[in-house]
Amino acid sequence: MNRTLAPFERRTGTVEAVEGLGAYRRLRCTDPGGPAPRPGQFYMVALAERWGAGDDERPYLPRAFSYLRWADGTLEFLLEDVGPGTHRLAEARPGEPIHLLGPLGAGFAPVREDRRPLLVGGGIGIVPLLPLRAEMEGGVLLGFRDAEHAVAADLFDDPTVCTDDGSTGHHGLVTELLDDRLDEPVEVYACGPPAMLEAVRLMTGERGVPAQLALESGMACGFGACFGCVVPTRDGYVRVCVDGPVLEAAGLEAVPAH
Amino acid sequence: MTDLCGIELEHPIVNASGTWDAIAALRAFGDDVIERFPFAAFVSKTITLQPRQGNPPPRLWETAAGLINSIGLPNKGLAGYLEHDLPVLARLPVPLIVNVMGFTRDEVATLVEAVAERDEVAGLELNVSCPNVESGLIMGADPRETAALVERVRPLTAKPLIVKLTPNATDPPAVAEAAQAAGADAVSLVNTLRGMALHPRTGEPWLGAGTGGVSGPAIRAIALAQVAQVAERVSVPVVGMGGVETGAHARALLRAGATAVAVGTESFRDPRAGARVAEELGQLLRKERVSAAT
Repeated sequence: MNRTLAPFERRTGTVEAVEGLGAYRRLRCTDPGGPAPRPGQFYMVALAERWGAGDDERPYLPRAFSYLRWADGTLEFLLEDVGPGTHRLAEARPGEPIHLLGPLGAGFAPVREDRRPLLVGGGIGIVPLLPLRAEMEGGVLLGFRDAEHAVAADLFDDPTVCTDDGSTGHHGLVTELLDDRLDEPVEVYACGPPAMLEAVRLMTGERGVPAQLALESGMACGFGACFGCVVPTRDGYVRVCVDGPVLEAAGLEAVPAH
Repeated sequence: MTDLCGIELEHPIVNASGTWDAIAALRAFGDDVIERFPFAAFVSKTITLQPRQGNPPPRLWETAAGLINSIGLPNKGLAGYLEHDLPVLARLPVPLIVNVMGFTRDEVATLVEAVAERDEVAGLELNVSCPNVESGLIMGADPRETAALVERVRPLTAKPLIVKLTPNATDPPAVAEAAQAAGADAVSLVNTLRGMALHPRTGEPWLGAGTGGVSGPAIRAIALAQVAQVAERVSVPVVGMGGVETGAHARALLRAGATAVAVGTESFRDPRAGARVAEELGQLLRKERVSAAT
């Protein structure tokens, strides 16, 4: 089963620490009463106080985050300060109350028989791959903008790393590394920016390799209420929050750029 | 107990149509949704005669203290709703109000007739925020259009008919009056206010449909004024909504003349917001009774 049901309650944890990890911030908080999530599931997160009054009087809505780690009532998230929501979270202080809803959505499915998992992450999209890696053996390919972002690769044991600017690891795109592996009997588990996931979708489709993509989409609620986070599939639009966020690449019409 | 034109409510808080999907919530949270349902009635998302995919993404934009959405009423269509959704919604422990919309009066009539005959349905809400393809007018923006629509469907059912008013009208109280005169049992307001956002880099409209509807705290003051104006003009019950986040916000709408209050966008931030607002409102009303008695 790749979906743990969320308690029907927005609960309030406490921020324990927010620490830098290269270009990212790692936020650790308590998760009182929260069940163990499945890799690929996510949480709707908002600080309980001063959520608002940032740029443009935002943030207003909670933000969706894959979890980096969960253990015994403690959750960890990785975030990059790129907008009013992540900015507020990046500046959270220990002791602050934090709203949590989750775990939400459908996570990664087990690997198909006769195939080996190959985990492919780009940027902040490496996050859901960390708990997945703890459950399955397989190669890990990670791509980052530069060395400062690639510091987060240290979370993994022995990954193959590349950067756009060549400042560390291979110089190039993670999809170039993937291309060399698609003749092997692998199943791809990928998460990253839309352009990367669209490339993974096309490459794996052409080569007949199964791929599970963990998608991101702007969403208001995370539990299927707002219908805002849809992506186009062969069966029409589906909601990333309840039908995903992990979806089979073969079923998708495209990975939207937004 | 609250009596909403014959529909008995445990408390005055319901959901705004299109802001809570009970079937998706069951998938996310399990049967706890039924055991601890947060609203006193469930108002379903708008259904149309034919299935709709909805608008192309992106469909959301977070704005100052609110949200702009252009969802475009995705739904399974009448037949799909009756076959797949209604049996699940019948499990909810509260009265079911079904919201319908058509592009002609005949379409709305077909919807009303087919939905109203089902025992699971306690009442209907008419979404009149779309254009009549025959006249080109937004049905709910014009008193005569609204009256003609309600007159057409009123004879088809004895069940309560609630007309959901759009705030994107010159004179919502006149539309409310016309709806009442034509036989509406209640009116609900406000629907979202038309809004727009531009892509921060390209300057093109952000939303796939160009424009959308604004909801959330950003529209609370506007909703309060419109509810007060409408409640002054009609004698049928008013369901007030717009930016309600707390019991105090619901209390304000009741003071303005609403009989029941809907929670909408706040449910996106907290799926049990309806229950919290109802609890806070109950405390406020009890406190008022105590201080009035002493």
